Amino acid sequence: MSKMTNTLLVASAVATAVAGIATNAAAQENEKCYGVSLAGENDCAAGPGTTCAGTSSVDYQGNAWTLVPAGTCADMELPMQADGSERMGSLEALDRDLPA
Amino acid sequence: MFDAPLSALPAKPGVGYKPQHYSDISATPGPLGWLEVHAENYMGDGGRPIAQLRHLSEQFPISVHGVGLSIGGEGRLDPDHLARLKHLVGWLNPASFSEHLAWSTHDSHFLNDLLPLPYTAATVARVADHIDEVQEALGRQMLLENPSSYLAFAESDMSETDFLKAVVERTGCGLLLDVNNVFVSATNLGFTPQGYIDSFPLDKVGEIHLGGHDEDHDDHGAPLLIDSHGREVADPVWALLDYTLARSGPKPLLIEWDTDVPEWPVLAAEIARAAAALEMVPA
Amino acid sequence: MIVTQSEFTAGILDPNRPAPDGLQDGAGAPTTKRFDVYRNNVAVSLTDALVSAFPVIHKLVGDEFFRAMAGVYLRTHLPDTALMMFYGDKMPKFLRRFGPAQSLPYLPDVAQLEIAMRASYHAADAAPVSTDALGQIAPDALMAATLKLAPSVQIVQSSHPIYSLWQANMVAGAPKPTKQAENVLITRPQFDPAQHLISDADTLFLTALQEGHALGVALSKAGPGFDLGAVLGLLLRQGALTEIS
Repeated sequence: MSKMTNTLLVASAVATAVAGIATNAAAQENEKCYGVSLAGENDCAAGPGTTCAGTSSVDYQGNAWTLVPAGTCADMELPMQADGSERMGSLEALDRDLPA
Repeated sequence: MFDAPLSALPAKPGVGYKPQHYSDISATPGPLGWLEVHAENYMGDGGRPIAQLRHLSEQFPISVHGVGLSIGGEGRLDPDHLARLKHLVGWLNPASFSEHLAWSTHDSHFLNDLLPLPYTAATVARVADHIDEVQEALGRQMLLENPSSYLAFAESDMSETDFLKAVVERTGCGLLLDVNNVFVSATNLGFTPQGYIDSFPLDKVGEIHLGGHDEDHDDHGAPLLIDSHGREVADPVWALLDYTLARSGPKPLLIEWDTDVPEWPVLAAEIARAAAALEMVPA
Repeated sequence: MIVTQSEFTAGILDPNRPAPDGLQDGAGAPTTKRFDVYRNNVAVSLTDALVSAFPVIHKLVGDEFFRAMAGVYLRTHLPDTALMMFYGDKMPKFLRRFGPAQSLPYLPDVAQLEIAMRASYHAADAAPVSTDALGQIAPDALMAATLKLAPSVQIVQSSHPIYSLWQANMVAGAPKPTKQAENVLITRPQFDPAQHLISDADTLFLTALQEGHALGVALSKAGPGFDLGAVLGLLLRQGALTEIS
């Protein structure tokens, strides 16, 4: 493709893109503009007291990890691994992979 | 030393701002006189949080309340965090800036909790140095908030109120008096909340906090209150507020509600109760 | 009996340790449960921050698995700033190596997409160019023109169906994903990030623009079969072009 042809094609694509935009300058309604935010914020509240997960013995050490993913992944019907095998996490892998 | 006014907030009820109340606040503010935001939530580069804050600051005086500066940390203040804070305070020019008597960062790791300090001369010196640095960087006075305590340090050799007085003396900072924290700490550590208020330098108070707490128990079955900010302010805390206001005169009063945040009418009722408490105080 | 902040921190992060000596109740008796309050505050607040950051990962693996995994993550990857809105940026790398999550190889890229959404949400504001600005450039100057993308624009490439996985978990009635590679362009017309499924050629073109290359260079990187008009139209409609020079 010659340089000239290329330039013409690009100019034509730009013209198409520009022409396809309706003048859509109207600001969205205020409510939508400023409404609720994504979560993930700092605050200065204390957590749930003395009884909960933060104090349970650390069950990722040793041989205690028994959980498997059990959410919507079961509905996704995607192969487990690229090679089709289902490699469940071994604790050896865990010990090896995580920094101390 | 900074000896400016303790804060430019009005002696009216304020509320800790939550984005889900954005439209309620504009539509039915009631006696609401100002808003408080957590500094760290407005340290992004742009987008909705900044736009909201800019918009709200055109309607209400704003108090910026930091939760991440780690003023009591053994290490130096994080210069990047201080720079972000300076940027925020610079463009917003809030009516007040406050932080906590606590630490939260160690070896550049942020633990996301307000952790306790021993009350010693060495801690006074460290906290005062950090407050000096903050006030110099921001070019304004800050308020320092009394913590909720769940335990005490064997090494402490001064009371919390003496500690705060010493810091104020050295830095010229003001104080943020959280009366719920006073009640929580008094219950947890076994002192009388009224005695604490009696020894608190009320003339240095630029703002008062009120929040809800949860009840738990320690190893020995003793009551252990948790500063959860997840419910209405307890009746004995309202009573302690009346006790305080009778001695301090009117002050800006903040309702804090950070977990299980309710619909606006529930907060509006707490704001109305704070307004009623202020009305009973001779100016 | 001085308790250093190093000792305090170590005690918080390891529940199997006793509380540091030198901490006591109001009567001077040693206490473990009172120290546990701080352990809980740290673990739960950081876990909640990760739940907020990764709603799709949370749904995919379920609450119990996610919270247990978060317990591992937070103890090996403490935040390095106080900004909870950006906590979790090392989650994709963590997921690639975390043994119990290896059965779901798409998780790291889904986490990358969630991080990109968050980055877009908090990115700096920038006024878009007018539609005319592009049309006014002389045809023979177009190839050398540089098109600057808004700071909120993010591009995520994957060999997994990350767009479909995100939609299936976050949009009611969205179809189940099928096994395919998907690339996503994120734009933020005003305050809400929007995702667009884009082709490999689109991705090469947009990445080149993001790196500051001129339009002609970006076109040559995109290769044949690339629909420039469609991509430019999308960028203009989304307010994603902020400067043309």
